[in-house]
Amino acid sequence: MSETLDQIFVLLRHWLVGFLPPAWQPAVSVVLSVAVIVCLFPALFALTVLLERKGLGRIQNRIGPNRVGPFGILQPIADGIKSLTKEDIVPTSADGVVHFLAPVVLVVAVFMGFAVLPMGRNMTLVNMDASLLFYFAIGASTELSVFMAGWSSRNKYSLLGAMRAVAQMISYEVPLLMSSVAVVMISGTLSLNKIVEAQNQYTWGLPHWYIFTPWGFAGFVLYAIAAMAETNRSPFDLPEGESELVAGYFTEYSGFKFALFFLGEYLAMFSISGLGTTLFLGGWSAPFSFLGWVPSWIWFFGKLLVSMCVFIWIRGTLPRLRQDQLMNFAWKFVLPLTMLNLLDAALWHFLGDGWARWVVCSAILVFAYVAMAMAGMRSKHFGSRSYRYAE
Amino acid sequence: MLGEGILKGLAETAKNFAGSFVSAERLTTVQYPEERIAPIEATRDFPFLVYDAENRDGGGPEWEAGLRCVACQICEKECPPKCIYIEKSKDKKLDYLGKAQYYPAKFDIDISVCMSCQICVEVCPFEAIKMDTEFELSTTDRFGGLLFDREKLAKSNEYYHKIHPTEAAEVDARLAAEKTKSDAKAKAASDATAARAALATADAKPAVGPTEGGD
Repeated sequence: MSETLDQIFVLLRHWLVGFLPPAWQPAVSVVLSVAVIVCLFPALFALTVLLERKGLGRIQNRIGPNRVGPFGILQPIADGIKSLTKEDIVPTSADGVVHFLAPVVLVVAVFMGFAVLPMGRNMTLVNMDASLLFYFAIGASTELSVFMAGWSSRNKYSLLGAMRAVAQMISYEVPLLMSSVAVVMISGTLSLNKIVEAQNQYTWGLPHWYIFTPWGFAGFVLYAIAAMAETNRSPFDLPEGESELVAGYFTEYSGFKFALFFLGEYLAMFSISGLGTTLFLGGWSAPFSFLGWVPSWIWFFGKLLVSMCVFIWIRGTLPRLRQDQLMNFAWKFVLPLTMLNLLDAALWHFLGDGWARWVVCSAILVFAYVAMAMAGMRSKHFGSRSYRYAE
Repeated sequence: MLGEGILKGLAETAKNFAGSFVSAERLTTVQYPEERIAPIEATRDFPFLVYDAENRDGGGPEWEAGLRCVACQICEKECPPKCIYIEKSKDKKLDYLGKAQYYPAKFDIDISVCMSCQICVEVCPFEAIKMDTEFELSTTDRFGGLLFDREKLAKSNEYYHKIHPTEAAEVDARLAAEKTKSDAKAKAASDATAARAALATADAKPAVGPTEGGD
């Protein structure tokens, strides 16, 4: 029974495809899976937007949207209708074609990333050997669409926002990749399916998730920081810093194109959390061995939603960084630590089983973290603010 | 240092999140159209014209007859965004002091232009224009619907007392003082004329020259 439930989507697809002539089956099967992904994640997007608006409200001691439907749960539908019926304005001096293509390219590129994510046992759309590589290759092309949007709008705020976004995304792409490489080093494969399989083992009922190792924990934290910056999420949401740039690279977008950007941003968050889940949190594997009967896709989507909630929580807590702080943080703190983490992962591999590697690897990371934080703090002068001219 | 500030902040927001479900006093939001808080006395948004029901002169409805405004046009001239338009009447009406005064044949305020500065109120010598607290002014006609004419602007003194009790009491006291002063003056004047008339009748017999009885 639990086996059937676990594989219910796979079996459903087999059953549906079975009605067709055999020559059509492979193509229709893929189209079906794609259709499910294309419908499911926008639905999750609606849910997350609602969660975010309600959650941020509660964090600020407000109620949040509560007018549309009971407890405001139909708010995403109202938002959707609003953005669909709004006028689509293209500036006269804008490059129309590129202006139109930018949101499309963004959403398409982000959707491509979902192709390789294992969303459950046997539930990977494209099972390739180098799926991690594919993911990062596709993920890097979102920068292109951001710059297309900023450049084609012919608006200085858009362009400044796009330049910031590209600088930020390229800077954080490096630590994002490097922190994932540690996982590749340990598991010895670029295939996300095999990475999940490697974590789907249990000792005394506890899973072998990579987050429960010193290098995995550090890698996960660094990955989370880089992921937040990569998806332009608060506290790294400078590209759309409304206090200084109106709305950043999508200043000149309205109506459905704006909705597409919004959708693309959230889809990127889903996909990057999905990848983080796969790499560090055991993907679709259960957190305890006795919970193995729960369908695998529930674990995957559960972990995804939990990470979305953490995203929202952090957004409700931290203020936005300054541009120089952002860049310094990327190149002087996160990147060296990810490099060290690679070394740590190598040590972990070569020290072999036993308690020694736990002590050594943890000690190295803690020491490096404290030393770098201290060194970084030394140049800063904390204390009460002093004014040169005003008193 | 070392990122514990971030953890402290996360704990704080988590406390807010959980607390807002438990304690009602954390949520300061008032569910506006259904429930509302009483406006503060110093609230102001757009001007209105005060009328007194008891000081009516001339025909027409109460609001028109009792308007305090005498169309002196000081507010029109002082208004920084120039949102007031006044047309003076041809004839005159008696005001509360019994003096013949002009009245506004037309008094329009474009509240889409008004910036709620209250300068019109401060310059008005007749306590005729005051600030309102009515804020639900949305309309589907953004030009005509936001141009208030005399009828829409006229509100009774009782209404003024209701929205700004302290201020209205002061204004009433001031007006009453002025009224008693002018009454006393009028009385003195009438007494003087009466006395003079009596004197004139008394003096009529001796028939002294007109040197004494200067008007």
